[in-house]
Amino acid sequence: MRPFKYSRAQNTGNAVQTVAANTNSKFLAGGTNILDLMKEDVERPDELVDVTRLNFSQVRTVEGGANKGGVSIGGLGRNTDTANHPLVRQNFPLLTQAILAGASQQIRNMATNGGNLNQRTRCSYFYDTAMPCNKREPGSGCGALEGINRMHALFGWSNDCVAVHPSDMCVALVALDAVVKVQGTDGKERSIPFADYHRLPGNTPQKDNILNQGELITAIEIPKNNFASKSYYLKVRDRASYAFALVSVAAALEIEGNAIKNVRVAMGGVSHKPWRAVEAEKFLTGKAATEANFKAAADAEMRNAKPLEHNKFKVELGRRAIVRALTQAMKGGTNA
Amino acid sequence: MAEIGKPINRIDGRLKVTGAAKYAAEFNQPQMAYAFPVRSTIANGTIRKLDTSQAQASPGVISILTHENAPRLKPFSREQLRTLGTNVGEDLVVLQDIRVHYFGQFIACVVAETYEQARHAANLVEAEYAEEKPKIDLSEELPNGLRPEKKAYGPEAQLNTGKAAEPLRAAPIKFEQIYKTSYETHNPMEPNGSVAWWDGADKLTIQESTQGVLTERAVIAYYFDLKPENVRVVSRFTGGGFGNKAFPWTSNVLAVMAAKVAKRPVKLVITRQMMQTNVGRRGETVQTVALGAEKNGRLTVMRHHNETYAKLTNFFEPSGETSEILYNTPLREITYKVAELNLGAPTYMRAPGESPGSFAAESAMDELAYELKIDPINLRVMNHTTVHPQKKLPFSSEYLKECYRTGAAKFGWARRKIEPRQVRNGRYLVGYGMAAATYPGERGTATVRIQMTADGGVKVLCATHDIGTGTYTILAQTAADALGVPIGKITVEIGDSNLPPAPLSSGARTAATVGPAVQAAGEALRRDLLHLTLAGKQSKLNGKKADEIDFSNAKFFVRSDASKTDSYIDIMRRNDRTMMESCMTTVPDAAKSPSESCLIAPTSREENKNEEKYAFHSFGAQFAEVWVDEDLGTIRVKRITSVQDVGRIMNEKTARSQIIGGVIFGIGSALMEESQFDKRWANPVTRTLADYHVPVNLDVTEIDVHFIGKPDPRISPIGARGVGEIGIVGISAAIANAVFNATGKRLRDLPFTPDKLI
Repeated sequence: MRPFKYSRAQNTGNAVQTVAANTNSKFLAGGTNILDLMKEDVERPDELVDVTRLNFSQVRTVEGGANKGGVSIGGLGRNTDTANHPLVRQNFPLLTQAILAGASQQIRNMATNGGNLNQRTRCSYFYDTAMPCNKREPGSGCGALEGINRMHALFGWSNDCVAVHPSDMCVALVALDAVVKVQGTDGKERSIPFADYHRLPGNTPQKDNILNQGELITAIEIPKNNFASKSYYLKVRDRASYAFALVSVAAALEIEGNAIKNVRVAMGGVSHKPWRAVEAEKFLTGKAATEANFKAAADAEMRNAKPLEHNKFKVELGRRAIVRALTQAMKGGTNA
Repeated sequence: MAEIGKPINRIDGRLKVTGAAKYAAEFNQPQMAYAFPVRSTIANGTIRKLDTSQAQASPGVISILTHENAPRLKPFSREQLRTLGTNVGEDLVVLQDIRVHYFGQFIACVVAETYEQARHAANLVEAEYAEEKPKIDLSEELPNGLRPEKKAYGPEAQLNTGKAAEPLRAAPIKFEQIYKTSYETHNPMEPNGSVAWWDGADKLTIQESTQGVLTERAVIAYYFDLKPENVRVVSRFTGGGFGNKAFPWTSNVLAVMAAKVAKRPVKLVITRQMMQTNVGRRGETVQTVALGAEKNGRLTVMRHHNETYAKLTNFFEPSGETSEILYNTPLREITYKVAELNLGAPTYMRAPGESPGSFAAESAMDELAYELKIDPINLRVMNHTTVHPQKKLPFSSEYLKECYRTGAAKFGWARRKIEPRQVRNGRYLVGYGMAAATYPGERGTATVRIQMTADGGVKVLCATHDIGTGTYTILAQTAADALGVPIGKITVEIGDSNLPPAPLSSGARTAATVGPAVQAAGEALRRDLLHLTLAGKQSKLNGKKADEIDFSNAKFFVRSDASKTDSYIDIMRRNDRTMMESCMTTVPDAAKSPSESCLIAPTSREENKNEEKYAFHSFGAQFAEVWVDEDLGTIRVKRITSVQDVGRIMNEKTARSQIIGGVIFGIGSALMEESQFDKRWANPVTRTLADYHVPVNLDVTEIDVHFIGKPDPRISPIGARGVGEIGIVGISAAIANAVFNATGKRLRDLPFTPDKLI
């Protein structure tokens, strides 16, 4: 890897100022992604600011503000600790399932929550510096558009980029209407609705999200909801564990009487951002939780899919995965 | 009590789990530098210009090797290498010219003070190319393919070309299908790597990760024009070698070259990304299998046509292998067509040929069985052969029908329904499938020296290898039995080209080859001790006849009077011997093999392998239960029963581990393993273990292994054939057949990822 300067941040303000002052610097947290990218010469920062000693890793109940009564998970909390925290397990089993569906135990032990949001695509054209990639080198072209794009996007892609966001955790977070808390360069905190945090590629795929240089994720707040008894995270992949999703679905339902009062459906492995399946949700709201309605909702969502040469199967797979996830959620989210 | 066969723990197990077992890259040397290769970013063309100026100026750089300044090596010659008893992975001599044959080819190499500096500077080397369109699509190139006369290791490739057409036309039952298998890449835990250092201009030592210290020595000595005895290759432990460490690759040569130029010890370990491009792979295959049969299922003709690629080697995936051996039929036609692609060389990978070939052939047998509504085992038994169909020789020892029987009983095959889609468990469709397996019983020539010291310690010495298989342990067990010495007294020293010679550890030949030499050397040493005690004036055994004497626990005793004993230590002490040794070469056939590595003249023990009279093969039966989630296209292998007829079992535990490893390899092959290449640039898009999937724990459930355990007295007095390869054979077919039984869908294109079932 290229030589770089390493420093350990003493406090949040100092961390933010240091990274804001050098456009070629980055934060270092768990390091499970950025170090790989640096070894491959994909990321080339000349300075890393280690934020792992800063003090925002707690999981706690939100005391006030818009999400009062919800749960806040620290930006520097480790994925494993977050997934297993009683507040998360009890209130948002969907998030626990999603986190545990990702990576391996060892990686989850290292990886942080903020880092999970900011991890980069695993598109192999992005990783291989011999290949064109607009995300790595704007203007060089998209290798995957007409290449082997089996793992690539169905929704929201552009001719400049067909990569997908690799996270499982983020699929649950977008379904749960989470809010990203960010420490700004002006010293103030700002709140970003999760659905707005990641971007579609458009003609600037080099930007994965809307953070400005130097901004640091301090926490992610999840508002209180009534989904805990009926939610499910389904991940379909090429092997039983430790593989990125072909398609994943986070589903959560709140039933009142015979009708769906509230429903969330989000998908992973299908877009440049965690994909909120709004068409499916729109269709289901107010209707009965039947298989026929689940199928119609899946159709409504997948109708807009635009498959590439090698990922056509993901349209039908996505449809079936939505139905399965909703069905399992209705059964209480168990694997049975 | 006999040590051979006991399921004892590996004698090197503690070293391994404590990290004390040192692998090639751990042999750091004083003043060692690090080499990092630069890879081509095109797959076909020539290098126009290499700009190393930026890299040269990078901190820590010692030298940069390119085709312009690299030492000139002897040109590649397969004939000359063959006379030296070796081969190379790729017919490409590194950094000798400007031609680029495949993506990722080594076109330069940076040597620097640290690994990080070398890797960084390698990124700074700029190449300009004259690029040509790469050939990468097998189906596009096959029309220009060749029909090779011979397989890489000698035998005829094309059998009865064109002769099956007429019998197929005449057959009452006809079946024909096309099966495809994927590119697979070896991914042992330890990547290929070397630490090389020169002692002056003509002496060289290499700490290597290899399956063949002597084959590597021969190749390096040839390329660098050195006396073989001046090259020492050491590989005490090898962290898995599934064929990609059989013969040297360009990375091995590059390490030696870098050390020569830097005039310092150099370490070169390739990355996972380079594992995908520079050290071989299993070629993709397209196999067309046609079967003709009577209505009762008796085969009248088989045709197996195989298509694959080759490049920079005469090796190509010999996927017709099992079709040459299994089943009795009046006529079989087996043919090959091989196209050239801009990919690095294909090479040997666990059960080369048998693994992909049995997928096609054993799927076809299952398809025929279903068409005829015959139980697949019955169809196989009906067409069973006890004779090698090509050689027309009986098998030396063959219990395939017992494998079927045992497997069916242990697995519960009787519960299987002939019609698919009959068994459900919740949302899963459950299916059973089986397949037959076979692999040659290889045996070569080996020399072993055994030394006993005055304290009764025993050393077994041989230039063989433990590539994770358990060689250390089974050689100690064999020596313990031959000498009558407790196993704790025995140390095994292997993996060093200075030791008495043994062949490459490949083709599951090590146990069958080296075991007999250990036994012979052990027995010879025991005989020498016996002569001393019988002739010894102060011996209690003085004057007895040899056949009155028995031995155990490092002592001789009179069989009829166990109080009359003489220990090996006492014998040596009385005779003023500080060390006694024996050296034996055992040969699988009548030919004598002199072995210059033994300090004392080796005694050759002829063990006629009866090559003229028998064909040597192992056999097995594989059974699989799968659960298929049809909606999502996911297949879970719930259990495998594997029954193996591999001769005598040297160590029940390590042998079982070998079969389990093979089965897991087969699960990978069936469900997920595939190297994929971009059709425009011929680069692998499966670059690392994140993209190239091998099974994880959750993909592997219960694997139930059984051995027939009948020694093969014709292969050697020990009676063991190898266990390293056969475990994978038939697994992907057994899984495919189980998926059909579960779902009614026939999958003929490996691997069975969810998209194939959706």
